[in-house]
Amino acid sequence: MIVDKAGTPITATDNVQPDTRHGVILYVEDVSVSFDGFKALNDLNLYINDGELRCLIGANGAGKTTLMDVITGKIRPDTGKVNFGQQVDLLQLDESEIARVGIGRKFQKPTVFEALSVYKNIELSLAGDKGIWTSLFGKLTGEQRDRIDEILRTIGLTNEAFYMAERLSHGQKQWLEIGMLLAAEPRVLLVDEPVAGMTGQETERTAELLTSLAGEHSVVVVEHDMAFVRSIARTVTVLHQGSVLAEGSMSEVQSNPEVIKVYLGEDSGEDSGDDNSEGYPSESGEEYIEASSSKEG
Amino acid sequence: MRRFISVLFCCLVSWYAIADDDVNTKDSTAASSSIDSELIELVNQLPNTKLNKMQPLVENIAAIKSHKTREVLQILLAGDLYYLKSDKTLVNAQKQNDGNYQLTNILTDEALAPVKKRAIRKIRSNNRLRSAIRSFIAKIDLTDDDKSTRYGAVEQLLEKPSQETLDTMRSLLPLEKDADVANLMQTVLLIEQLKHGKIDEQLSAVAGLKSSLEPVVLNTLSALSEELSASEKTQEQEQLLTAMSKAIATIESKRSNYKFIENVFFGLSLGSVLLLAAIGLAITFGVMGVINMAHGEMIMLGAYTTYVVQLVFPNLIEYSLLIAVPAAFVVTGLVGILIERGVIRFLKGRPLETLLATFGISLILQQLVRTVFSPLNRQVQSPEWMTGSWQINPVFSLTFNRLYIILFAIMVFFTLLMILKKSSLGLHVRAVSQNREMAKALSIKSDWVDAITFGLGSGIAGIAGVVLSQLTNVGPNLGQAYIIDSFLVVVFGGVGNLWGTLVAAMSLGSINKFLEPITGSVLANIIVLVGLVLFIQKRPKGLFPQKGRAVD
Amino acid sequence: MNMKTTHTFVEIIRKMSHLHIVVGTLFVATIYVSFCNLAFAESSFLHVSDYTVSLFGKYLCYALLALAVDLVWGYCGILSLGHGAFFGLGGYAMGMYLMRQIGDRGVYGNAELPDFMVFLNWTELPWYWAGSSSFLWMVLMVFVAPGILAFVFGMLAFRSRVSGVYLSIMTQAMTYALMLAFFRNEMGFGGNNGLTDFKEIAGFSLQDPHTKLGLFVVTAIALAIAYWVSNYIVKSKLGAIITATRDAESRVRFVGYKPEYYKVWIFVVSAMIAGVAGALYVPQVGIINPGEFSPLNSIEIVVWVAIGGRYTLYGAIIGAILVSYAKTRFTAIMPEAWLFALGGLFVLVTLLFPKGIAGALPGVARRFGLDANTNDNKTNKNNAQSEEQGTLKAPRAGGQ
Repeated sequence: MIVDKAGTPITATDNVQPDTRHGVILYVEDVSVSFDGFKALNDLNLYINDGELRCLIGANGAGKTTLMDVITGKIRPDTGKVNFGQQVDLLQLDESEIARVGIGRKFQKPTVFEALSVYKNIELSLAGDKGIWTSLFGKLTGEQRDRIDEILRTIGLTNEAFYMAERLSHGQKQWLEIGMLLAAEPRVLLVDEPVAGMTGQETERTAELLTSLAGEHSVVVVEHDMAFVRSIARTVTVLHQGSVLAEGSMSEVQSNPEVIKVYLGEDSGEDSGDDNSEGYPSESGEEYIEASSSKEG
Repeated sequence: MRRFISVLFCCLVSWYAIADDDVNTKDSTAASSSIDSELIELVNQLPNTKLNKMQPLVENIAAIKSHKTREVLQILLAGDLYYLKSDKTLVNAQKQNDGNYQLTNILTDEALAPVKKRAIRKIRSNNRLRSAIRSFIAKIDLTDDDKSTRYGAVEQLLEKPSQETLDTMRSLLPLEKDADVANLMQTVLLIEQLKHGKIDEQLSAVAGLKSSLEPVVLNTLSALSEELSASEKTQEQEQLLTAMSKAIATIESKRSNYKFIENVFFGLSLGSVLLLAAIGLAITFGVMGVINMAHGEMIMLGAYTTYVVQLVFPNLIEYSLLIAVPAAFVVTGLVGILIERGVIRFLKGRPLETLLATFGISLILQQLVRTVFSPLNRQVQSPEWMTGSWQINPVFSLTFNRLYIILFAIMVFFTLLMILKKSSLGLHVRAVSQNREMAKALSIKSDWVDAITFGLGSGIAGIAGVVLSQLTNVGPNLGQAYIIDSFLVVVFGGVGNLWGTLVAAMSLGSINKFLEPITGSVLANIIVLVGLVLFIQKRPKGLFPQKGRAVD
Repeated sequence: MNMKTTHTFVEIIRKMSHLHIVVGTLFVATIYVSFCNLAFAESSFLHVSDYTVSLFGKYLCYALLALAVDLVWGYCGILSLGHGAFFGLGGYAMGMYLMRQIGDRGVYGNAELPDFMVFLNWTELPWYWAGSSSFLWMVLMVFVAPGILAFVFGMLAFRSRVSGVYLSIMTQAMTYALMLAFFRNEMGFGGNNGLTDFKEIAGFSLQDPHTKLGLFVVTAIALAIAYWVSNYIVKSKLGAIITATRDAESRVRFVGYKPEYYKVWIFVVSAMIAGVAGALYVPQVGIINPGEFSPLNSIEIVVWVAIGGRYTLYGAIIGAILVSYAKTRFTAIMPEAWLFALGGLFVLVTLLFPKGIAGALPGVARRFGLDANTNDNKTNKNNAQSEEQGTLKAPRAGGQ
């Protein structure tokens, strides 16, 4: 293995460069996870290309969050492989090491460090040495200060920089968490429901931000808000019962008979059997997806 | 001066009278009248009989069936039988510190005035007579109606049986109805046979003794085999030696098996105490998630309740525990509810604060007990039925108090399990513990459930206190000794899992008791503590963790 | 006093951080006590008796200990119910040195072996007593012994992510096990009686009032240094990480830190401070015994911090000194009532004043216009940055 467990606890190395010569940055292969017999992930295969923006959709319990947990090391899969680039085996690393090799995560429920100021929150998230002595004796360089200011501007919290994070509104906390993600300069961003609790305008800004990030970073978004997904997504992956049901552009996915079947439920199986080849009109499936998503949201 | 002596004299006399009275209350003081006249006649011949004519006389005396017979023989055997020179009254004479002899009329049990040595003369005996008397006494005992007297008599004879007693036993054995006594007699005879028999007799004796656990059997066997192996042997002796060493091995493995069972028993009894102490905590901590550092003090209050019950009903010691168990449950349960209502409910969801506040409560309760009952340990009495032990065989016995505690602990455990599993209260408790908001939405009064649950947990701690009062000193610090252990048991077993608590308590108890003979109790304690700490670090969720996606 | 001087005074006070205030107060108090002890005759009204000096020295040791607990509990959310263990180890390290300083002046007059070993018929020092006669070795051990224990315990506990109440119970079990162990004579630490009958420290007689005063001053200096160090730590990025760990440990992990190692680090530092407190405590009270390891002692430390106010360094010090002073007074007047009072304080503080005394201070300061942080909404960087670690913070429910 090339990564030496991402450094000692005392001084930790910088982000490693994953080998992406094949164009794929994240390999998830044959991954299964079960909780007390319940299969949360079932032989799941997923490849995220370098610089891609990918949306994950799926009903509750489809395994979206579990997948994120597996990639970020919170849950160890029962079987399967998860690689970062070609050479880094993520299953060998723990959460902090995975974060350090360049995979950042935004949680479904915004979690920021509430007893710290917005500024400190960003400062802690900056890429760089995460060792103890550096933390104890290190001072912010001018560059780092500029970077923090820049991020604060990007997320629109410049005026709130020295507020305790606990005083921020829900939407602001979402932004702060995105800011923390930016500060870490990850190669892959895993974003779990970024726009929950945001106003329409904020949602728009988030969409803008995420699309602008793609290219330099690879972004994986889990979202229930279909309008949002449509506005940003180039490729959509549909998860169902722990495995990938369909993958493709939004319209492809929406017209996929399997997806429609799942979203419309098993009852309609007989009907769909007849005109399987032609599929349902895309509108009806889409409507259903949105209806079901708003219910969950 | 003279007056002084006479006063002293009177005092002594009256004292002896009283003392005598005490001794004989059971034998009935009017015994003298019922004594067989034949016996009196024979006994009265004693002073006039020459030593060589004694044996037939004593034999005649021994033949008379009377409780007095044995007594007389015993006194004669001990060399305490004298007669007054003046009127030939037979007396039991005991030398006093001042050189005078204290006399008791052996027939009437009447205390007589102490006299000087020269006023009395000893009934003389010799070795032959004495051994005869011994076997007469043994015979009397062996033919006693009471089974335990017979058993005791045989037991006495295990070590050094005389030829006469052996003969007696041989003759009595076919008549013996009780299997235990017969077995023991058989053992005695076989030992004799082993020691002095011919080689084939010895061999059969070894075969017969193989199953006996009496220490003397093992000793005799080892002594003999040692003796044998040291000297030149014939082929038959060789055979005997192997038979003996086989028998020794059998006996020793049996003994070690019993030792093991005994350790398990001790372990289980310690485990039961731990279980009782921890199970209340398993409810408050495991089900409610409340850290109650005053749990130990609930145990202490339970123990003090027992003490108070015994103070209030001094005549009902036998039933005091039966009264104390519900009383302690109610008292500590109410205190628990008070604590929950007064403090803990304000600290919901803040476990560390709860820990601190309840610790404060524990200090207050300790001091309260110190102020009310004094800081000294209080003596709680054990009812008769809790004392004594159940002797299963010569190397293995179970004490009743431990036995009852094991049974009681298991009873409490299953009662509690039933309450939580089957009753509606249990359903509510589990509902609240799993999802408070949802339970509230279903119109379960979660506040009420909390209070009752806490009361239940505390009440059981109180019951544990009643039990502990039978095992240790009852003092203000009683609870402190158990709080850490209880927590470790709950955590070890897996929080929120009553079965886990049971397994954890029993295994911790056993481990402790198995370590104890090797390391001493303090070190065993430390080893268990350190082992537990390491275990918790390996498996933070305990032996039987609650799994699931929600657990984080 | 005219208006202007009052104003400047207020300005000065405003500009002072609590670091200045605490260290300054400590300095003034030390000078005052020393001066009054030395300069005035015993009959004088202003005289501070030797007894009082030792008492104050003891309080300062407690303050040091409280500081240690506050670092792990207040800032990192590790509620240690076993800090008495580190205090005790530091104390024993000092005690061993003091034992060896007795030399042949003991009851048995054995120059090599402490009395209790002679009594147990031991013929030579156990290996772990090697070096104990050296002052430097002792100083080293005061740091190393508690440090190693904390390191081993921390590595085991934090790496397997034991936290919250479980951790607290485990720390309690740790100190309990140590207490049982030190009660054993075979351990070679004097068993039940512990180590006592000390004669001198580094050549100074412990009976000499000047030595006592010296120890007091040393303790005050140690407290000042520890305060400065702790303040540096909590103000650094490391401090922020530790606080973040307290509130959202898994999030810290996803940002790329290894919180377990940060926890171990702060735990070790805290244990060392506690060890120093123990080492300074022993010569001033003249004895160390296994009672110092009792779980009750450790919990009392937590009360000091809770009452003084965790998540503020000065709160811990105020709490330790006030509660200890109250204990001295109470036990002198009505010993029975002390546990009632202590228990009551516990319950009241957790129920009514979760922020402790320090939590109530800013309000008082504001009333007198002495608080620099009165305006919450200032966006001025410097001002707000000082607010960050300032006094307006609500302590959180540590780690859970």
